This record gives sequence, C-alpha cells and structure tokens, in this order.
Amino acid sequence: MKEKVELLCKEIEEKISNAKEIKELTDLKVEYLGKKGIITELQSGIKDAEDKKEYGMQVNTVRTCFNDLYESKLTELETLELNKKLESERIDVTLPSKRIRQGSKHPMTRIREELEDLFVSMGYDVYDGPEIETDENCFQKLNLPLGHPARDAQDTFYLENEYEAYLLRSQTSTGQVRVMEANKEKGPIRVVCPGKVYRRDDDATHSHQFMQMEGLVIDENVSMSDLKGTLETFCKKLLGEKTDVRFRPSFFPFTEPSVEVDATCFNCGGKGCPLCKQTGWIEVLGAGMVHPNVLRMSGYDPEKYQGFAFGTGLDRFAMFRFGITDIRTIYGNDSRFLNQFTRGDETNETK
Amino acid sequence: MKLSRKFLCDYIDIPDITTYELAEEMTHIGNEYDSCEKLIPATKLIIGEVIECENHPDSDHLHVCKVNIGSEVLDIVCGAPNCRKGLKVIVAQVGAKLPGGEIKAGKIRGEVSNGMLCSKAELGLDNKFLEDKDREGIHELDSDAPIGEDPIKYMGLDDEVIDFELTSNRGDLLSILGMAYEVGAIYGNKVKDMELSYKEEGNIDFNLNIDTDNCTLFLAKEIKNITIKESPNFIKNRLIASGIRPINNVVDISNYVMLETGQPLHFYDLDRLGRTITVRMANDNEELVTLDNEKRILSSDDIVITDGKNAVGLAGVMGGLSTEIEEDTKNILIESALFNSVKIRKTSKKILRSEASNRFEKGIDPKRTYMAIERCCHLLEKYADATIVGGMVSIDNTDIKDSVIEVSLDKINKVLGTNITTEEVIDILNRLDFKVEESNNIFTVTVPTRRLDISIKEDIIEEVGRYYGMEKIEGSKLILPLKEGKLDKAKRQITNKMISMGLNESLSYALIPESEVHKYTTDEFTHVNLADPMSEDRKTLRYSLLYSLEQVYEYNKARNYKDVCIFEIGKGFYKEDTYKEELKLAGLMTGKYYLDINNTNVDFYVVKGIVEELLDYLGYNGRYTINVGNVPNELHPGVSAVINMQGKDIGIIGKLHPSITKDDVYVFEINLDKLLSNRTSNIKFKEVPKFLGMEKDVAFIVKKDITNKEIMEVIKKSGGKLLTSIELFDLYEGDKISEDEKSLAYKLKFQDPSRTLTDEEVTKVFEKIISDVETKINAKLRNK
Repeated sequence: MKEKVELLCKEIEEKISNAKEIKELTDLKVEYLGKKGIITELQSGIKDAEDKKEYGMQVNTVRTCFNDLYESKLTELETLELNKKLESERIDVTLPSKRIRQGSKHPMTRIREELEDLFVSMGYDVYDGPEIETDENCFQKLNLPLGHPARDAQDTFYLENEYEAYLLRSQTSTGQVRVMEANKEKGPIRVVCPGKVYRRDDDATHSHQFMQMEGLVIDENVSMSDLKGTLETFCKKLLGEKTDVRFRPSFFPFTEPSVEVDATCFNCGGKGCPLCKQTGWIEVLGAGMVHPNVLRMSGYDPEKYQGFAFGTGLDRFAMFRFGITDIRTIYGNDSRFLNQFTRGDETNETK
Repeated sequence: MKLSRKFLCDYIDIPDITTYELAEEMTHIGNEYDSCEKLIPATKLIIGEVIECENHPDSDHLHVCKVNIGSEVLDIVCGAPNCRKGLKVIVAQVGAKLPGGEIKAGKIRGEVSNGMLCSKAELGLDNKFLEDKDREGIHELDSDAPIGEDPIKYMGLDDEVIDFELTSNRGDLLSILGMAYEVGAIYGNKVKDMELSYKEEGNIDFNLNIDTDNCTLFLAKEIKNITIKESPNFIKNRLIASGIRPINNVVDISNYVMLETGQPLHFYDLDRLGRTITVRMANDNEELVTLDNEKRILSSDDIVITDGKNAVGLAGVMGGLSTEIEEDTKNILIESALFNSVKIRKTSKKILRSEASNRFEKGIDPKRTYMAIERCCHLLEKYADATIVGGMVSIDNTDIKDSVIEVSLDKINKVLGTNITTEEVIDILNRLDFKVEESNNIFTVTVPTRRLDISIKEDIIEEVGRYYGMEKIEGSKLILPLKEGKLDKAKRQITNKMISMGLNESLSYALIPESEVHKYTTDEFTHVNLADPMSEDRKTLRYSLLYSLEQVYEYNKARNYKDVCIFEIGKGFYKEDTYKEELKLAGLMTGKYYLDINNTNVDFYVVKGIVEELLDYLGYNGRYTINVGNVPNELHPGVSAVINMQGKDIGIIGKLHPSITKDDVYVFEINLDKLLSNRTSNIKFKEVPKFLGMEKDVAFIVKKDITNKEIMEVIKKSGGKLLTSIELFDLYEGDKISEDEKSLAYKLKFQDPSRTLTDEEVTKVFEKIISDVETKINAKLRNK
C-alpha cells in the first residue's frame, strides 16, 4: 500500500506540474477527487482493508499531497493568467486626455481684479457707475464748467442731439461724484472706481475705449503724504517691489494741489532707456487733493473734510505686465492672444 | 509754448546752467516740456571768405573754390549759383553735423572738397522761416562778417529753445514775462523792467462802441507815419525761436509784444478802417474774409470787430483781410482788448486755432492789456519811425483786483503732509513776488493779477508745494478705521465659472455700426447714437453683445482659427425716458470643445449645458426653463430656445442662422440685470435619505414633434411625491421604429425619506405613469 501511495503521489506531482491551464488543473481534480476519482475510489477501498487505520492514513497522505500541489499550482496559474489579462489591457497613456478646452481670463480683467483685491484689502469699496453720463457728472461737478479749456484734454463723445448734456464718460472720475452724492451722511469715503471710458482717439497707444481706475479717499486728516504712501503700495503691487514713486506738480481742475505721478521705469528699472526717454521714470497716474469746489458741489464741507483722488489708465499696466506693445491687441480678441491667458493668477512677483 | 533762452534772459537773469537743466527745473515745479534743443543744431560751422572761385572742369554748374577760414584755406566744391569770389559764407568743416548728414572730406568729380558752403535751409531752420533764396543758394553773410568766427553767433541764432507743454490753468506762462516770474522764483531773481517810454503828439479822434458783454476791455491807440521795413535781427531771431515767421517790422512788433506780455494785439490799417470800431456779436451767416484769405461764415456765437457796419476782424482769433497792414500802410490803429474766453474757445474750435485765441481762452491779466499798448508804442517809435498820437480810446468794464488769501501754516502742512516752516513759506511766497504778511502762523497773501489761476487757499498751498518740492513729500501709511471693502462678486463669479467651463473672456468695443444694433434681439427699443462718431463703424452703442462676438468670430476665422469659444460681460444701451444700460453676458462657441481624439464639436446641447451649469451654479436650479420661443432672426429657427426665469424671458440660446454663417456657430446671451434681480436663497442642508429607493426604466415611442419636456412633465405630474428623479438615458430614431417616430427611455427613481417603499406601491405608481403618458401624449410603451 505504501509503495502504491508513493507511486500515486509521484504521478500526481508529475501531472499537476505539467498542467498549463486552470482547466487542466480542474480536470485533474475531477480525475482524482471526483465522485469516481482515483483518490475517492482508493478511499472507498477502506472497507476491505485489514488495518483500517493505516489504510486511512495512507489515503490521507495522497489527498494532502494532491491538495497541496493543486493549491500551489492553482495560485501559480491564476497569477499567470491575471498577468496575461493585465498585459492585454495595456493602454497608451500618452494618448490625449478627455478634457474640455481651457478658458482664459482677459488680461484687463486680471489687472482690474488684482487692483480691486488690493484696495478691498485696505478697506476701499469698489464702485462702477454708468457709462452714459451727464456732462454735469463728468465735468461740471468736477470743477470743469462748460467752456473750460481743460476739457480739450479729453475729446469727448457726446450722444446724438445731446451736446454738452449726455456723453460717454471720458474718465472714471464720474465715480467720485456719484459716490460722494450717494453718501447721505456726507461722511468718510474710501472707494476705487474701475471701468470702461471712451475718448475720440485711436492709434497704437490710444484706443477709443479703454479702462481707467479712479480712487477717492475723504476723511478729516488725509494728506498728500498719505496719497503718496497709497500710490507707492499701488505701484509696488503692479510694477514690482523695487518701484519708487515721484510726484511732479501738475494741474487737474478737480484737484488742488495736483500732481503727476511717475514710477520707476518698468522697462529699465530706472537706469534710463528709450521708453522712459532716458529719465528713468514713467508717468503712470494723475492725482491730487480733492478741490474744495468738488467737495462743496457734492455736499461736503471743505472746512471739515479733505481728501485725495487719483486716476490711471489700466491698459498700459496690462501692456507692461504682459509685454503687449500695441493697445489694439487688447481689444482685438484674436484667439491666439486670448489663449495665452489660460493659467490661474500669477504667483511669482514681477521684477 | 516755445521759450527762447535769449528772449527769457531779456527779463530775468539765470545762473550759468545748461538749458536742459533749466527745463528740468521747470519740470520739477510742474511745467513739462516736450523738447529742449538748440535753435540751430548744426556743429563745426565757421565764417569763411571765398578767395577763389573757378568753374569745375567736369561740370556745368559746380564751382571749385578756395575758402579762407582764418586758420587755413580750404578747397571746397560748391554747386550754388550765387557762389562767387569775395563772398563771406558759412562753411561747414569736415566732421560738421548738419540735419542732412555729416560732412566728409572727399572728391567731387575728381576735385578735392574739404567742407561745404551752406545755405540757410541746410542749417536746419524750419521750412516756414525760409525764403526761396534760402533754399536756392548759399547764405550770403554781410561783408563785415569776421572770418574764423561762429556764423550762428554772428547771425544771432545761437539760441536754445524749450518747448513747454503747459497746463491749461497757466495762461500767464504764455508770455516771456510770465516765464520770467516762474523762473525767477526758482532762482530767487527779480524780473527786469520792460522799456515802455515814448513821445506823443496830438490827440486821438476815434469812435469806439461795444455792443456785447463778451468784450470787457478794449483799448485803441492811433499811430501815424510808420515806415514798413525789415525788423531788426533781434526781433526776427526771437520770433523765429518762438516759432513765428517774421514778416515786416510792424507786424513783427505786434507778435513780439504778444510774446512778451501774453496780450494778443491787432493792428489795423487806419486809412482802410475809418474812424469807427464797433464790437458786437456776429449775425448768423455773416461773412468775413480773414487774413489768411479764407472766407469764414460766422454765427451769433462769434464776436466780431466791425467798422461800424461790416466785420473787419474775428475778435480774438484773426484779423480781417480788408484792413490788413500792407507795404504801403502809413497809419495804424492798435487794438489791445479782452474777450470772453469761453466764446473765443468756441469760435476758435469751430474756425481756427491761433496764437491769439490760445491766449484769450486761458485768460489774460488786464494790466497786460495796457502794458502791451505802451510796449507797442515804444517799439514802433524806435523801429518803425512812428509818431504816437496822444490819448487812447478805451472802454474798460473789467473788475479784477489782486486777490488777498489767508492760509495757515497748519493747513499747509495738513494738506501736504509735511513739516514746512513759517520761514520757508515766506521765502517761497517772496520769491514768487507775492506780498505776504504773517502773524501767528497765519499768512495773508496778496496775489497779483498776473496769476489769475490763484484764488483760494488751496492754490497757495499748491504754490508752496511746487517750490518746496512735491518730490520731497514722503509717503506715509494712511491710518483709517478698519472696515470691510465692498465688492460686487456676481460678475467675478460668472467670469470664473465661464472660464472654468472652457470659454475665453473677450473684450470688444461697445460702439458698433448703426445698421447692426437691432440684430440678435427681438426687443423693441430706441438705440443710442453718438453725435460725432469717429466713423460709421463706431457710431452706435450696442444693445446686444452678440454682434461684437460674431465679429470676433469672423476675425478669427479670417486668420484660419476656427475653434472659437468666447464670452463677454458688458453693457447694452438703449433709451427710454432716460438712458438705460443693462449688464449682459454673451457667448459664442464653435469648433472643438472636447479635446480628446473623437473631435467632438460644439453643438446646441453643449451650449445649453453651459448655460444651465452657470444658472445652477448661481443658485437658480429649478427656477428657469429653456424652451422654444420667440428668438431673433439671426438664429436658426429650429435650433434655438429662450431662457425663461419665473415667467420672464432673460436670454436666448441658438445656432447662428445659415444666412449669417454656414458654419456651426452657437451663441447665447443672458440679461444679467434681469437674472440677478431674482434673489437666491442660502444653502440649507437637507437630511440625506436613510432608506433605499427603487429604480425603474421605461421607454416610450412618440411622434417626433413631441418634446422631451412634454413627456417629462406628464411623468412628473403623475409620479407624485414618491417620484424623486427622472432621467432620460436613451434617445432612439431609426429603422426599428417608424420614420416619424422616436423612442425615449427614462430611468425613474422612487423614494420616501421616512421608510422603505414596497414593490407593490411603486409598481402602482409606475403603471399610472405609463398609462398617463400613453393617453395624454399618445405614446406607445416600447417593448423591452
């Protein structure tokens, strides 16, 4: 019996190790352990055995032998088969992804939002009023009466049959007037007014439609020195930390004193280049202390309140930031231009 | 304003600085300049004498010359017809830089030439100062011109000119005197007196009437027996440096005095004018031929000078041709007057901008009106041998006095944010030649009438700031109470959402052609035009943004770029009782949207999905419908829909009509003002269902004209509370069903938040749904 069992075990070992597929292996299981299987039949021979205990042990040896070999072979074959399946499922990961096209934020919106965020963080409100304005709000209440020579600086679009009455706003300073008039308590104000403005002008550096931002602060003790500090923050944010700011006296009817504000030339860093005409400075804003007439016309007491106002064109900041040389590119909406602005907000500081 | 350094120095001493340094100093006090240049930029010029002049052996017009320049004798080939022996000439030596280029030594047709003999034109004088002879031949210097010296200096043209871009409040700087005060205040120097003396003979007999409020001051002075000739060099040169063409001594003096004092003057030929002047407003369509020989048609807004009957001058702008000073003029009348600046500005804007109108527009000190007359008399006596008739006819309604302004040191420092001292303030005001008294740090400042721009204390503060140095003001951190800055976030939310859905933000012009303004809308409205557009293409304010986006599409297509997905947020304009503007969101999409290799292009449903995604994101889920409706003619009638929010149409979606483009281009537009006026509620958490729901699928076959929406509405209504969602998951049209039919398959979800549903009750509802759909819209249940 013992020899028979040994022979059988050898036979099992050989057959199982030769099995190539799981099917062969399961067939072997039927052959040995099925109802009429070799081991099953061997088991049933126990009733005729002399030493039943010994016989049973021998059969168990065969059974264990089979099961052990079977399990390990099964695992081996399953792994093989899985690997084969995995291999067959291999894909080309370099094929294009399934995504929608990317949208982009317009460079002017980027600049506007950046400035809005800066000023909101300093407690300013953001206000954008109507683009069709009265002559009164755009000029008269800003100390530019009808016939004032300073009106020439802005070639204004009047509406049909509305000469000196209704116009497309030529400056966001209209926001000053609207915010002051709307302030019922005639109390302190901190506001920036970004928006579209229109002038009769069209060339490589001027567009008949462009963006400005006006700023206004009114309180009891606001000075030119505060104005300078504020504009330093503004210019450093937009043009880089190393930017300096310089005041030059100037004239605007709605401010007194008035200044032109120069920033360190962003092209050469102040060394002098053709862009800044070798001066190292670029004119970036107009500003000043709100003229008492302007305060008075909007119901403020100039003896109690004083304030500063500043205004600037946002287009040139965008042109600088993104290296755009012709303003018409900004309003051309060439997809190849717009597609360059798909990424999120810039994180790295400008020079 | 072109400022000649020599002219300026007639009235103020300036330190030994370059003109560029002076220009920079002026910039620091608020007077920007455009350019700062030598009047004659040419270099290495020297006075020489032609000592030999032979014809060139190889040319019919060139001369071979020997020119003595003192230190040596140069061989120079010259082509000028007036070149001759004994002539004193301007020699450009080798290395000289002229506007036309650098002079090099060389040979001209085989003859050595070491320099060039110059015409006036070659020196770089503006064309308007040149006569024909200055272009045709070399310049002939006087025979006493010193050989070896600088010819520019000899001619008195060794001047430098700063071209200022003045601010509109500083009319006073449109005069040499004004500039002298401004410059004097920088260096602390006093302005020199002007020579005004002259003798008078006899007495004036002249009628002056003023029939308008727009002339506040009119002075008339009679001058007899003038001699018209060339002006002395200093007058000519100063005029040239100031950009004015010299004509003859009399005309030049009127311009010269205007430059000095800022007061424009007009000289009439008295024998042609007669003995009367009446100033009045012009009649509508009154005609006047001005000095430039142009016929001007006037209106009742223009002020005219008349001889009592006919216009002889357009006040403040230009004189008339009929009384012009000519070669034979003997007697003249000088007009020195003040006119309403607004009227002059209007007239000059309409008719002609002149040196005179520019000054009147900005305001003139009446003292200068008187001073100018005296200065004219002085110069005419001296340089035109004139006899000055005694007396003057004048009408003076001016009421301008020196203004007295009080300002405290505290206020100055409070406004400027500085620590300027009393002494510094007094010093600055003294340098400006303002009278100032101080007590207890309160300054009482008397501002002379020459500074009409100064009337309130802020103006004084500005003067102090200008001369103290605005650049010295230190920046400080504004300290104000903490508060939250307010920002309207809706526009940003929408922008960011659209970008995240793959659209590029565009920024186009609000002005469009009038012919396009009523497109892309079914609204009836009055559009808004400009009074004076730059072109027909930019005449009208847009109502819809879609025309602009269509243009953007065309622009890109013309550049072979066809995958355009853009959106824009901007205003639409119209007029009702007042002007209205509404914020709109528009989009245009065509070409590839999904970037995988299947090349899936934009279709109606992509665009609809984007609109729905946006509206849901903004919190309007379930409050709007997108359905067939009244759409603009520019959209495909079968592939377009109206967006309706709680009964109001707020927008459109659709494919562009084939008459506009053959391409598959889809657009949408939403009126954001209308949309955002619908308030949204805050997010409120709802308990997540604890009990499992049940799903059932059903497919119906219906006629093709039945919409999904119609079927869904029936299902929804008959499903009642237990039916929590309906999802269309299959749409079939094809040969398994008849040609005019389609099949729609829905997945229905049933749920009750408080319990598990039984099969029976769900089946009951499900069967009711089927029978309702079958009966109400004539649908057939499709066999599974």
